[in-house]
Amino acid sequence: MAAMFSQNPLMNGPNYSFSDAPRAQAPDGAREHRFDPYTDNGGSTLAIAGADFTIMAGDTRLTSGYSINSRFHPKVFKIGGTTADQSDATIALSVVGFTADGEALKERLDAICKMYHYRHGKPMSVKACAQRLSTILYQKRFFPYYAYAILGGLDEEGKGAVYSYDPVGSYEREQCRAGGAAASLIMPFLDNQVNFKNQFIPGSGEGHALQERERRPLTRNEVETLVKDAFDGAVERHIEVGDGLQMMIITREGIQEVILPLKKD
Amino acid sequence: MDHRPQAWGRPRDDVYGAYDASYLHSNTPKTATQSPVVTGTSVVGLKFADGVVIAADNLASYGSLARFTDVKRLRVFLDSSVVGFGGDVSDMQYLDRHLNELAIDEAYDHLTPDSSASKTASLNAANLYKYLQKLMYARRNDFDPLWNQILVAGLDGAQKPFLGSVDLRGTSFTSPSLATGYGAMLAQPIMRRVAATEEDAARLTREQAVDVVKECMKVLFYRDARSLDRYSIAVVTKDGIELKEDEQLEKQSWAFAERIRGYGTQTV
Repeated sequence: MAAMFSQNPLMNGPNYSFSDAPRAQAPDGAREHRFDPYTDNGGSTLAIAGADFTIMAGDTRLTSGYSINSRFHPKVFKIGGTTADQSDATIALSVVGFTADGEALKERLDAICKMYHYRHGKPMSVKACAQRLSTILYQKRFFPYYAYAILGGLDEEGKGAVYSYDPVGSYEREQCRAGGAAASLIMPFLDNQVNFKNQFIPGSGEGHALQERERRPLTRNEVETLVKDAFDGAVERHIEVGDGLQMMIITREGIQEVILPLKKD
Repeated sequence: MDHRPQAWGRPRDDVYGAYDASYLHSNTPKTATQSPVVTGTSVVGLKFADGVVIAADNLASYGSLARFTDVKRLRVFLDSSVVGFGGDVSDMQYLDRHLNELAIDEAYDHLTPDSSASKTASLNAANLYKYLQKLMYARRNDFDPLWNQILVAGLDGAQKPFLGSVDLRGTSFTSPSLATGYGAMLAQPIMRRVAATEEDAARLTREQAVDVVKECMKVLFYRDARSLDRYSIAVVTKDGIELKEDEQLEKQSWAFAERIRGYGTQTV
């Protein structure tokens, strides 16, 4: 009984005289407002591998919600060059999603490729760079980089190589890939135009007997036209895509960068 | 009478319940700001031929209360850049102290008798922008963000006008014209009318740019309920910074207010 009148809560625990006395522990999720470390900055990217080249492309708009933050904020980067202007780079990376994470990812991969170059006296191969990028992404598995990355370059045989990623590091080598806000608009177009999906030889048969159109590597002009058409289409149908089209053409001679206008509406 | 001094002067447990000491040993990480408290509204910035204009009003709000009406939200860094802060004022003051330290370190590192030489060797606006981006991004990674949106105005390494923005998540971007908060909706369209591209901005004169920014401050005062008619405005050029911290909005016209219907208690 004496414990009932004790003033020391440590001795006998709380003894309340009314029901809404302060609770020792706040219920789970009591805090109504929490900081959300992520946003989506919109934009779209695209990469297509050819026989002896790779083209990486992205629009240059940066949005937050319905606002356009910047009309020129490139999201395709040269990786692993030994100079500040990356003139001797052989690999390109595109990132789309949350730009702050995307740029942090770009800078880490770039630093790693540079260190590799200085240590081994040769640039990193795309294959090795691709595996390393996957590891970087997976290292942050439980606080991921919210960025959809695509890596492009030329493989050991000089063929175009495109590696696409999800934010936690799953990756795959592909012929082509679209990423970001308008990925769902561009990817089916690419399936049809690059991998000739749902294209059949006319009059080759009925139903299952229909013969698929044979795949062939596209020429550089064809790919450039596809990229422009894909983005012109995406700009019409997606509000977060527009302003400018940045293209990086990776060949044995190096990386050529082209900036073209897109609709600014 | 309780014989233990520990209990003297405390609310009685049997009446008020035991003291809730949970806040003293919380198991969550220490966080200075989980949400903004005293806030500043928009900052607007516009590039012109040989410099940048930046402006922000002198108000610090406490929710909807106009709490402090003489708060300078533009800050000069190393006599070469101007930083404008929107968002939490305490975090702005923290950053201000931090940038002071940085400026002192920089001044010692580049101490030369010829002051013009030290200016080019030391941090320019583009460097400062990158620095603040890294700082803000590191704080967001710690889940302890500095609740600000920042504009950095000045010149880059090639002595070209520079204007950049950094926010609480470390998102950073540059543009011929920039505005934070309500300014992004109300001021940006006005500035983009005269400076849609870098080339347009490079054709603007200083007078034109200042006029447009002043017009933006006026529109913001008309429509942003958390704004003030006293503001600071700075012009950054190669020749230095001209900062005015107690400007008054000129030529206001409230005639349009007469025609507004649908709010308040008028009997239409």
